[in-house]
Amino acid sequence: MQAGNHKPIDLSINTDLARRILTGFIHSEITRVGFTRGVIGLSGGVDSSLACYLAAEALGAENVLAVLMPYKSSSPDSLEHAQMVIDLLGVQSLTVPITEMVDPLFERFPEASQVRRGNAMARARMIVLYDQSEAFHGLVIGTGNKTEILLGYTTLYGDAACALNPLGDLYKTQLRQLAQAMGIPADILAKPPSADLWLGQTDEGELGFTYAEVDQLLYLLVDERYCPEECVAAGFAQDFVRKVVERIQRYHFKRVMPPIAKLSNRTVGYDFLYLRDWGT
Amino acid sequence: MKLSLALAQISTHLGNVTANLEKHLAIIEEARAAGADLLVFPELSLTGYVLQDLASTVAQRATSDNPVFHHLLQASKALDLVVGFVDEDPRHRFYIASAYLARGEVMHVHHKVYLPTYGLFDEGRFFAWGDSIQAFDTRFGRAGLLICEDFWHASPPYLLWLDGADLLLFTSASPGRGLNAEPYLESARWVEHINRAYASLFTTFVAHANRVGYEDGLNFWGGSTLFDPDGELLAKGPYHQEALTLVEVDLDQLQRTRTRLPLLRDERTALVRREMERILGNASR
Repeated sequence: MQAGNHKPIDLSINTDLARRILTGFIHSEITRVGFTRGVIGLSGGVDSSLACYLAAEALGAENVLAVLMPYKSSSPDSLEHAQMVIDLLGVQSLTVPITEMVDPLFERFPEASQVRRGNAMARARMIVLYDQSEAFHGLVIGTGNKTEILLGYTTLYGDAACALNPLGDLYKTQLRQLAQAMGIPADILAKPPSADLWLGQTDEGELGFTYAEVDQLLYLLVDERYCPEECVAAGFAQDFVRKVVERIQRYHFKRVMPPIAKLSNRTVGYDFLYLRDWGT
Repeated sequence: MKLSLALAQISTHLGNVTANLEKHLAIIEEARAAGADLLVFPELSLTGYVLQDLASTVAQRATSDNPVFHHLLQASKALDLVVGFVDEDPRHRFYIASAYLARGEVMHVHHKVYLPTYGLFDEGRFFAWGDSIQAFDTRFGRAGLLICEDFWHASPPYLLWLDGADLLLFTSASPGRGLNAEPYLESARWVEHINRAYASLFTTFVAHANRVGYEDGLNFWGGSTLFDPDGELLAKGPYHQEALTLVEVDLDQLQRTRTRLPLLRDERTALVRREMERILGNASR
């Protein structure tokens, strides 16, 4: 898809400041509720690697459990890169293949599309992570970034499931700056982003545009409150703007709690309002 | 005259007044031991910030028979204190409030006048609006209290200046936002900018105590400051970590600066009143 001919928009961040705020956030949100440890699904990609680096710095490497959850078709590179992160950081690790969990479902529904299979894999990984959360006495640290949250490029109750998310307000291109500053290996930074749910899948191939382009458009739409017409006037292609705006709206359901039908005078979510950090 | 000022940028427990009171008493002791004359705690320091439905359950009255204020008033016999709390009036309206305590007495209570209710803020939903901006006398001269959004508006500091305040005491629980390439957040840049401007424009001391810590995903950035009547930064706390920042304030600087730069002497208050009446009387504005 042609993204258009706009002026480049500077998305650079101060990585020292981001690092300080995010490690403080992880430490605060885990320890204030009585935990000391975190659990992370480590894919070998840049997002989960960065979450692992931040968690190790916030909690101490010994308090972080990196869980590798390959499916039989997962790229061998993914495991190798995940192992590289584990070795560099000295975090605890565990490998729990999900093949035996999801294959019976795929045998029962051989016609299942790639999307169904991908969702089932993401949700199987969620089950493993939350099981380890209890076993390891740690909270699940999410790895979703602002770009994929806004585009809805995530599996509800799958990779989106977590107890806290340090990365969700960083666009992918900003997250990469922080990953680079924290010393994440070049091999991990260099490879094309992929959910690795099927062979040859890449985020940018599936979405139909690059992170570099869409992050700039999202920044104008969301952070700067541009209307779609103003984005087109700024030089973004009309089709690209329309597609992104539609995605943001269509997938909003993934960003909110399921609506509760109001009957009483006081209802959770509407007029029973407390932060999660209530009392801590 | 010298004033040893202490700014306490603390993290708080959300909705746990007992735990926050303990922290206040420990820091008061630390400041006292360090020789502080006046210790300023941030906005809502006794309760935490995003209170929502907790507002009514954490509310206090700033009186000596209140168990929380009883301890603080006792402590104020050793040094003057500014504390942040939720004030409940006799008719059960809840205010974001700051109290100035000295020598065992409540010298002044300020109710936050401007309640931000936009963007990430929802204060107007849970709190009543304060309706008064008044300076008050302390043993260090006349002072004024404002809370966060109060000094994002230019008129409250101006009114305090005209009401005789030479020591502006600002408190905040400012959520950090606006990460870019700079080594500070946009919210920090803005607040430091305006506080320096108030100190310069009003040739006065401007102290700001801002909290740190997290509430859910919000971070609070600290960076408490003191600017002098020349607009010079005399002290600054670190960003994003608890700190007790102590600074010796030479109150005689007021005389030197105002001799050089008599902005207060030359302020045309009668003209301001005349023009305000004209402007406010004009229905179209």
